[in-house]
Amino acid sequence: MSEVHLGMKSRERIFRFIQPVVAILFGLAIGLLITLYAGENPWHVLKILANSAFGSVENIGMTLFYATPLIFTGLSVAIGFHAGLFNIGAEGQLAFGALAAAAVGILYPNVPGPLAPVLATLAAFAAGAVWGYIPGWLRARRGAHEVINTIMLNFVAAGLTSWITLYLLKSTESQNPETRTIAPAYLISHFAFFGDTPFNPSFLLALVAAFALWVLLWKTVLGYEMRAVGQNELAARAAGIDSAKMRIIALTLAGGLAGFVGVGEVLGHSHKFEIGFSPGYGFMGIAVALLGRNRPLGIIGAAILFGALHKGSLDLDMETEKVTRDLSLILQALIILAVSADGFWERVRKAVL
Amino acid sequence: MFKIQSLAKISSFFAPRFISGVLALSLSTLVPAQAFAELKVAFVFDKGGKDDKSFNSSAYRGAMEAKDKLKASIKYVEATDETAYESLLKSFAKKDYDLIIGIGVAQADAIRKAAAQFPQKHFVIVDGEVKAPNVRSLLFEEQEGSYLVGAIAALSSKTGKVGFIGGMDIPLIRRFEMGYAAGAKKMNPKVQVISNYIGVTGDAWNNPPKGKELALSQYSSGVDVIFSAAGASGSGVFDAAEEQKKFTIGVDSNQNWIKPGHVLTSMLKKIDEAVFVTCKEASEGRFSAGVQRFGLASKGIDYAVDQYNEKLLSSETRKKVEALKADIISGKVKVPDYYKK
Amino acid sequence: MTTQPLAVELRGLAKRFGSVIANAGIQLEVRAGSIHGVIGENGAGKSTAMKMLYGMYAPDEGEILIQGKPLRFKSPSDAIHAGIGMVHQHFMLAGPHTALDNIILGAEPSHLGVLDRAGARTKLQALCKQYGLPLDLDAPVETLSVGVQQRIEILKLLYRNAQILILDEPTAVLTPQETEELLGNLKKLKAEGKTILIITHKLKEVLSFTDEVTVFRGGKVSGRVKTSETNAQQLANLMVGREVVLKVQEVESAAGVKHTFGKCLLRVERLNLKQKGHSHLKDVSFEVRAGEVVGIAGVEGNGQTELIEAILHPSDPRCLTSGKVRVLDQDVTDRKTFEIRALGVGVIPQDRHHQGLLLERSVKENFLLGLHRRRQFAKHGFILQKALDQSVEKALENYDVRPRRADIAVGGLSGGNQQKLIIAREFECGPQVLIAAQPTRGVDVGAIEFIHRRILKARSEGVATLLISSELDEILTLSDRILVIYEGQIVGDHLRGQADENQIGLKMGGGHHE
Repeated sequence: MSEVHLGMKSRERIFRFIQPVVAILFGLAIGLLITLYAGENPWHVLKILANSAFGSVENIGMTLFYATPLIFTGLSVAIGFHAGLFNIGAEGQLAFGALAAAAVGILYPNVPGPLAPVLATLAAFAAGAVWGYIPGWLRARRGAHEVINTIMLNFVAAGLTSWITLYLLKSTESQNPETRTIAPAYLISHFAFFGDTPFNPSFLLALVAAFALWVLLWKTVLGYEMRAVGQNELAARAAGIDSAKMRIIALTLAGGLAGFVGVGEVLGHSHKFEIGFSPGYGFMGIAVALLGRNRPLGIIGAAILFGALHKGSLDLDMETEKVTRDLSLILQALIILAVSADGFWERVRKAVL
Repeated sequence: MFKIQSLAKISSFFAPRFISGVLALSLSTLVPAQAFAELKVAFVFDKGGKDDKSFNSSAYRGAMEAKDKLKASIKYVEATDETAYESLLKSFAKKDYDLIIGIGVAQADAIRKAAAQFPQKHFVIVDGEVKAPNVRSLLFEEQEGSYLVGAIAALSSKTGKVGFIGGMDIPLIRRFEMGYAAGAKKMNPKVQVISNYIGVTGDAWNNPPKGKELALSQYSSGVDVIFSAAGASGSGVFDAAEEQKKFTIGVDSNQNWIKPGHVLTSMLKKIDEAVFVTCKEASEGRFSAGVQRFGLASKGIDYAVDQYNEKLLSSETRKKVEALKADIISGKVKVPDYYKK
Repeated sequence: MTTQPLAVELRGLAKRFGSVIANAGIQLEVRAGSIHGVIGENGAGKSTAMKMLYGMYAPDEGEILIQGKPLRFKSPSDAIHAGIGMVHQHFMLAGPHTALDNIILGAEPSHLGVLDRAGARTKLQALCKQYGLPLDLDAPVETLSVGVQQRIEILKLLYRNAQILILDEPTAVLTPQETEELLGNLKKLKAEGKTILIITHKLKEVLSFTDEVTVFRGGKVSGRVKTSETNAQQLANLMVGREVVLKVQEVESAAGVKHTFGKCLLRVERLNLKQKGHSHLKDVSFEVRAGEVVGIAGVEGNGQTELIEAILHPSDPRCLTSGKVRVLDQDVTDRKTFEIRALGVGVIPQDRHHQGLLLERSVKENFLLGLHRRRQFAKHGFILQKALDQSVEKALENYDVRPRRADIAVGGLSGGNQQKLIIAREFECGPQVLIAAQPTRGVDVGAIEFIHRRILKARSEGVATLLISSELDEILTLSDRILVIYEGQIVGDHLRGQADENQIGLKMGGGHHE
């Protein structure tokens, strides 16, 4: 009977792997039907989307450039989920991370070359981590719910980063609300292979972060304790795990991961902090984590998918008459809906197995 | 918050269908244009999108005018994020567009890079300055118009208190504020100018409730005229003016009609005209690079008088303001500029 | 009795899940107006059969006859329509809402589209009266005791005109008094002509509640008996398929094992817990010596939970207001939980789902819970997978956890096997002190025997055991010393054999003042 069991299990595994893929295709199909309704040829739309996202090395570069911050925020949200916390504050955390990276680059222009980007990267992590620590501490020690606190801190972060940008680090040359440019030693050059795109090594940092998170969560005692708290706080407490501490650590790390967004955006791309540079990466991270089932590998895949949709939607706006950038949002929404329709897939699973 | 934002975006996905349906231009069916027979113009709107009722909308009107009057072929996209500007501008440059127009100062860097890479193409930046042999920069002297409406506000105020509500706290809006305050002080040195900003993020452009809240609090402190330079948030200020039976001043487009009897005037910033003129010159083969400043002299900046507000402005006020306008044009009166402070 | 027609008849029901046979050739006959016991160990297939009867599963083979008519249910709503109702082991109630709203939820009466609460109230009041089930219809459900909540579940079925009531493990969550009460209520229902099926594995209750019993084993029916013609031993043997020893310690004593107690390993001194002016623990003091089992008897909710919390988390002011906890001659009052457990304190929590297990996690990860910082399983902050794998494999074998799979989610194990896993885990570290709370709650006879043997084995090895149970039988069987707790106070202290069940029962009910 155990052999039969294993057979069941492997089928179960295959289903688990296939389900998101099917769900994505399903969501995509509905989205394309909507374009048909809007008066476009869905096949044409799909071709533009695919070509725009993956059609050339430049396009792949842009897709991966967009995916990079989503990996960071996806991981940030995921580590929260594993510890039983809903981190809606990645948007504020990444703003602080990016500002810190820019601030270091502006205020310490004489740091030697190889050290400079490392310093700015650490600053980005630390600043994000501080912005994660606060709601973590409030939750653990004061019982204030992190959902409310992280949302509120997003507003505080928006205000504070804007104030610092406009009053302390203001660019004198630009009319844009942005800081001065960071010193040349801090710049991370983009990948030449991908042509004229801002795609840069922060993507590799994202992959390393994903791997590190996997090791942390599934191979270490600390990760085990965090996940135990996330799954059943009472049982964890009875087992002698300090759930308050785990929560603080989880949200601090979550903040730091979100803060890493600044590395690619500031050091690798814009070379300064621009107010409102993020088109909601922190919130999209929630969807990425959901789609990636909170697994690092899944998050990388989901982030690339979202990056592709984001990139594809731009060209869709350009190449078609009736479809705008908003289609990408609809597609994202449909895919999230399709993937998260657990009840529906449970039925399918029962029918298939 | 994310959800609300996306919902708003989704709803705007359907609205423009009507407009583009009217356009009914299918790129795939277009025959390549003969030289200058048909001008092909591409617009890259900034994150606010063409329906922001502010400078993007104004530029969009100019684009539509060019389409109607010049029979130009128009294509536009709305950027999703700051990184997108550059790739969108370059994508257009790779195609057969004659003129590529970026709206908003945020695109300055991107235009500079794209223009350097495609020197044979003509670019235009609205509200920003890019020095390149193939880029025209359309700049507006917002402080001049603000100065005039500031004067109108001070002349119309009975309490000696006038208000200013800015959208996002950025230099451009500070420029409005500075001109407005100076204009008011010019007419009445004792006037008190109260300023508030909606916020420091992009949301500040689209937060009518906050606009209304700030306006109500200004009105209750004795202010009786408010000039709002706050994009879509301005509609909240208009509501407050109607509710409190006080006055307000519109911005960018002629907004006198929105709450007749409560809108003293509107400061006009004619991006649409500037865009149209640029298209026209290009279609006649007269495109020139360099900075073009639009101020009171060139009528790119003005204040609006029409059937909705002519009764609100006394002839004495009109006379004083017209004199001031002439003095500014002649250089007799110097208007302070936040950019040059 | 025999003249009564059959209310329920299952003919040759079979159900497979993939290749696992859950039910095969199930025959079940329940006479109208009788109480019928359905017993069997966890995983014996009784729940599957009942779920088919309730329309939750469709049978692969066989027929279901209700009142003599063959019916096919596509969903529970079909079954409800046919007059069948089920009270689940875990109640389906919305805590903040009133009893009335909970009962009408899903079958809301309406008049012209408006919710007709008044009509429902009248109907319910009549039902309460008819069946003698008193209930405050306006009390929020979460403020009511478990026994009353169960009453609400039963009323829910009566409100929907159920003729056949299925009760899944109805006594698992009840105190002895509430159990008594339930028995009385069921008899009233029976007198009103209702047919009742009780799924259980508590033999004592089967014997006192039912008219007839059907025993399940291994997905089949292993026996059908009239209650009046059977006894506990026979039923246990039918369930397990071998001779079962029902009272463990008596066997050990009979073998003449000499037993002595060692030094004191757990001592609590004047424990007090006050919250919002209410005293949950009042000057609780006792000690447990090596090789001794101290049983805490008491009706649930008299401070047992708080006592365990106070011993495990003495430094948390929410758990202990004043007093001292000493473990292995060390004052641990200011220590963290982790340090206390590291001294060698094993805990079988009273509610294994909430306090003992990570239900969605694998058997392996659950085995590690609490052991995860031991040198044996962790080095430099990393978990030693190989050592863990080996230990889990060994533990599953030694403690007979079935199936012997380390990678499946614990939530999929039966209650008995979950409990065995907890016991495996807690014994793994070789505890010197064992706190066993409700160690056999919701587990079957076979597992009870196993768990009792383990506790006594630990006793003979010199472990100091604090046993907390609401099953007085269990306390009497295992304990060397029995303390009675009532309203947070120790009100009785008896050596083994010095007090009988009645005396202790009286003290449990607060009768010590007389």
